[in-house]
Amino acid sequence: MTPASPEAAASENRPYKVIGTRPIRHDGVDKVTGRAKYGSDIRLTGMLAGAIVRSRHAHARIVSIDTSRAAALPGVHAIVTGTDMPDVSSRVAELGEGAVNIQHLSCNILAQGKAHYKGHPLAAVAADDIHIARQAAALIDVQYEVLPPVLNVTDAMRDDAPIILDDLRTASLAEDPSDRPTNIAKHLRFEKGDVEQGFSQAQVIVEREFHTATVHQGYIEPHTATALWNADGQITVWTSTQGSFLARQQTADVLHLPVSQIKVIPMEIGGGFGGKVPIYLPPVAALLSKKSGRPVKIDMNRTNVFESTGPTPASRIRVKIGADEHGRITAAEAWLAYEAGGYPGSPIAPGCMCVFACYDIPNGRIDGYDVVVNKPRTNAYRAPGATNAAFATETVIDELCEKLGIDPLEFRLNNAAQEGTRRIDGPVYARIGMKETVQAIQESDHWNTPLEGPNRGRGVASGFWFNAGLKSSVTATVNADGRVALVEGSTDIGGSRTGIAMQLAETLGIAAEDVIPTVVDTDSIGYTDVTGGSRVTYATGWAAYEAARDIQRQMVERAAFLWGTDAEQVRFEEGRICGPDDKCFTFQELSAQAAETGAPIIGRGSSDHNQPGGAFATHVVDVEVDPETGKTTILRYTAAQDVGTAIHPAYVEGQVQGGVAQGIGWALNEEYVYDESSNAKSRVPRLPDADQLRSADDRSDPRGSSESRSPVRCSRRRRGPHRASAGCNRRRDLPGGRHPHEPFADVSPAVDARNPELTQLNQPRLKDQHDAASLHSRIDATGHRWCRLCHRYRQHGPRSDRRAGTAVSRSCRSAG
Amino acid sequence: MTCKRIVRITINGRLEEFLCKPRQTLLEILRDTLNLTGTKEGCSNGNCGACTVLLNGRAVDSCLVLAVETDGAEIETIEGVASADGLDRLQSAFLENAALQCGICTPGFIMAAKTLLEENPDPTEEEVRFHLAGNLYRCTGYDKIIRAVLDAAADRTPRQETEE
Repeated sequence: MTPASPEAAASENRPYKVIGTRPIRHDGVDKVTGRAKYGSDIRLTGMLAGAIVRSRHAHARIVSIDTSRAAALPGVHAIVTGTDMPDVSSRVAELGEGAVNIQHLSCNILAQGKAHYKGHPLAAVAADDIHIARQAAALIDVQYEVLPPVLNVTDAMRDDAPIILDDLRTASLAEDPSDRPTNIAKHLRFEKGDVEQGFSQAQVIVEREFHTATVHQGYIEPHTATALWNADGQITVWTSTQGSFLARQQTADVLHLPVSQIKVIPMEIGGGFGGKVPIYLPPVAALLSKKSGRPVKIDMNRTNVFESTGPTPASRIRVKIGADEHGRITAAEAWLAYEAGGYPGSPIAPGCMCVFACYDIPNGRIDGYDVVVNKPRTNAYRAPGATNAAFATETVIDELCEKLGIDPLEFRLNNAAQEGTRRIDGPVYARIGMKETVQAIQESDHWNTPLEGPNRGRGVASGFWFNAGLKSSVTATVNADGRVALVEGSTDIGGSRTGIAMQLAETLGIAAEDVIPTVVDTDSIGYTDVTGGSRVTYATGWAAYEAARDIQRQMVERAAFLWGTDAEQVRFEEGRICGPDDKCFTFQELSAQAAETGAPIIGRGSSDHNQPGGAFATHVVDVEVDPETGKTTILRYTAAQDVGTAIHPAYVEGQVQGGVAQGIGWALNEEYVYDESSNAKSRVPRLPDADQLRSADDRSDPRGSSESRSPVRCSRRRRGPHRASAGCNRRRDLPGGRHPHEPFADVSPAVDARNPELTQLNQPRLKDQHDAASLHSRIDATGHRWCRLCHRYRQHGPRSDRRAGTAVSRSCRSAG
Repeated sequence: MTCKRIVRITINGRLEEFLCKPRQTLLEILRDTLNLTGTKEGCSNGNCGACTVLLNGRAVDSCLVLAVETDGAEIETIEGVASADGLDRLQSAFLENAALQCGICTPGFIMAAKTLLEENPDPTEEEVRFHLAGNLYRCTGYDKIIRAVLDAAADRTPRQETEE
């Protein structure tokens, strides 16, 4: 491995030696040689392949499932349906980045009685190979009573809407809760001050209504799980997950077993972005294994992933903000309804907490609704709930600034939340960095370079996301050669092994390369919460710091023993252990002697710190819109994020760039387009789309407010909601204005009326969505089509439509 | 049911012989029959490029190639990129530039980049972007991958700075 970068070594004033450098990641060689074992790479003796039968309807009662023909097929070993799932009680389990009702989780894994969305698993087969398993799955005969689906919050909240969960009642703090069946699972309200009074003091009030689309996390690796239910009842699960302990807990809850009966071995994970916190496959694989007596592996394919996992909620949001003549916000009000998907549990609560989190607002009211619809059960996705909310707020603020004639950054600075600000939902901020991110953009070259040319505009937006703490465990063993083996339970989704190893190395005064980090299974390390909520580098890093301190203490004692002195006389400083009379051991020298002079030196550390502080960001983007096609090209993008102290700056940059790329996708061209039967398609940004991001890290300005926080501090904060909103702002001045039917859309009546032709564009409904998805999603925004034969982009011909999918779907339908 | 066929191909310089059904893709054979799991399955419809391998020197999505079609062909997979002497320059450039986060797309990107540098040892940034457009990357914004490939190209082919 190469040593720390020269830029770091050259800086004399650095408080740290290892933190802030860019060592090669410890798992790097495995990942560039194909040797790293991801979830689907497991191979076990006697392993069977599983396939899942999924609902063809978005909403249907399951009348019967006949498995007899499938069972008779040679090569089939086991079949399970919802009736094989144990009865579990209705109770809510916290997952670290969202929560889930165990009964709903069970029904989501294998439907029991009703299918709540197209793609809902109904039965599963284990067979000698995947082809036989799929053939058998096709032989399972499911009889449905098809029910009318509900595909958006507006329809689902109507009094006469078809009811998805018969026993669902609205949870709220209302004194007289209704006993009427409903699709509204929860109503939240947060209030502060006197809202009506606040609006009466406003000189300008802007109120707008927005729609945001269902989008998928879009990780490249499909979900996968392999399970072995051993003859002694012990279950081993190999899976790629964002939390091996949470996968264990959920599997145990759903199978109604004690957690210690299950061992989850986390494989390398090919992306998750929140979508691999919940489980889908482990209990099914386990039940198939129990029935067959063999290990069973189930891989989803891409269609399964889009149809039945993870999306982030589509939403309907109204935001009203008033400001006085000085540009101070006097009152704000928000109404948010988030799609939960087939079962309750949208990120409506964080949405409500984040919607005005960037600002100091004296009077506010926030109403939030968690609404069940016939789509896959939504899950966390990069700052879950916050992105939708930030889009709405930032767009309204942009318009307020325009009406007041105030610079949008000055407005944000004037109203920025700061230490002592009380959010509408209650918490009072400690030291935060909102203002600093605005100032960083004000000082940026980007902001100070005028934007010229026709059809161009500049947008800014700010955003907020919490950082979780939660629980983590680390153990570390000192080897005789002075290197330290670090064992942790945080599954590594993007370089966290190295970020955590660097914090241990910093504390011990050794090189990052002298730490050997390993992510282990749930039997081999203490409980560790999810890899999510922007917590791992902070919380598991803290556990590593504690483990290093434990090692320090033991090495001091060992040195004292060797020198025949008291431990009080010995101190650990910068990788050396020094005692009286200028006696010193280097870490390596004492490691060698320790191996021969007593018990092995093993450090242990755990953490449960929950005051990491919030993360703020302000982004600026320049866009150009083609007046003919509506195509948006991003010319330049600059992000300023409060990341705290960047442990490994290269991976912080990667996180910010990734957040920006996904935000642009969400804002401009990713969405599920549903027809009346809940068929869907989606599109992820390709490389030419992300052209503009080449400059993102050059100009990003991660600046921290870190001094008040932990000794070895957090980094790699996740991006957050800000990333998407900036791209949409300032579009009103451009041809077509803010597009009302992009995945993020201002659907206020005035905007709709201005763009009747754009309203029209949203109408196409695909009848055969899967072929459509596989064919059309390869047409990029520049009009090039991906050619399977020559493995290249080719010019696709003139485009008359700004959205690839709609244009092509039309031509294909007319052609076919 | 169609019978299995015998297929002989050269993989990473070694001759391999296997039985396969006509419906099995090259990706399935690589991963499940030959245990070369470095080639990843993302979408199985040619969309994501995670399964990119070199077929007679050309980058292809192995999920779109039937294994029976490859009889007599030369295949190169990610497992064949590093040598006994260590990593290929492209691989080390990916590590130095932090051009991977979760790493699932990395084998596909490296294989696609390899064909680019073999065809065009000194590509422009635009050419790199164009050539790698068949590979999806979700964790970061592609920038670091572009830099990695350009770095690898610069080291393989020292630029002619004396021409001026």
